[in-house]
Amino acid sequence: MTPPQDWALYEVFVRAKRGLDHKHVGSLHAADAAMALEHARDLYTRRQEGVSLWVVKSADIVASAAEDAAAFFDPAEDKIYRHPTFYDIPKDVETL
Amino acid sequence: MNAVTTPAAARELTTYVLRLADTSLVLAQRLSAWIGHGPAIEEDLGCANISLDLLGQARLLYAYAGELEGTGRTEDDFAYLREECDFLNATMAELPNGDFGQTIVRQCLLDLWRLELFEKLTQSTDTRLAQIAAKAVKEIRYHSRYSSGWLVRLGDGTDESHQRVATALVTLWPYVAEWFAADALEQALAERGVVPSVAAVQAGFEARLAPILREATLTRPSNVDYRWFGKRAQHSEHLSHLLAELQSLHRAHPGAQW
Repeated sequence: MTPPQDWALYEVFVRAKRGLDHKHVGSLHAADAAMALEHARDLYTRRQEGVSLWVVKSADIVASAAEDAAAFFDPAEDKIYRHPTFYDIPKDVETL
Repeated sequence: MNAVTTPAAARELTTYVLRLADTSLVLAQRLSAWIGHGPAIEEDLGCANISLDLLGQARLLYAYAGELEGTGRTEDDFAYLREECDFLNATMAELPNGDFGQTIVRQCLLDLWRLELFEKLTQSTDTRLAQIAAKAVKEIRYHSRYSSGWLVRLGDGTDESHQRVATALVTLWPYVAEWFAADALEQALAERGVVPSVAAVQAGFEARLAPILREATLTRPSNVDYRWFGKRAQHSEHLSHLLAELQSLHRAHPGAQW
């Protein structure tokens, strides 16, 4: 049941419907990108979850480190003027 | 338009539909045995998905056979309450899984044949059969993508994987002949445009298979004279064991509901 050692880990992104973004849904193992796409179809779109799939090698994702969180994100805390609170958003716009 | 105009025509079509349905059901049962035993959990799901698609096809076909027959037999009656000598599946579907390579070879051969057959069945003069085929053909197109992809990987993989699928191909090839040995029933239905001619399906099958075998560095085995005839209920020794497992629950608890 454990995947072969030379299979890589891939992250899977599903677009639920046209107009929406691809969202991360999980990961899987595969020998290459083509197989990863088929596995993604078999594992993550069995219940009509999506209309489009992306797979990305997990190793290719560059992630911010937890210990950098303070330096990365805290400085934005007191800059409320960056929030677009001065605009009225029309009620009928749903996905903004 | 309905191709069934006489009782004899209805009986012929019922038999043909049962051949298709039984092949789907028996293959679904075989594939489902991989759940929990696949080389990776991703392949468990892959086989399970294909198995469920096949089961869905079998249900549509059994329901249609019951209507054609007009005796009120249900999907469950066909699946659970018939004997080995009543089943009309293509013999290859009932053969054991073997290793993953053998399962893939069996699946790829059956997928390519059924893809060609069902694509042509979408043009059937029998509307209902054409509709069932149109739904199934989308599924089979994915199945053949899965199985042929694996066949290329294994055939063009390591010495070990190549040897295993090459052996499986030689073992399974003789069972292909049955599909293309048209009998009177298939000829009669083909003349009325209900089913495609066997020769056309064979040509399409060979054309699909050749490039896949080439990429998989495998050689198409030569034909043998002997014919198995599961479609006439002459089965290998493997079907009775498969049915015993498939039918045991329903026979122990008749009418059991999920």
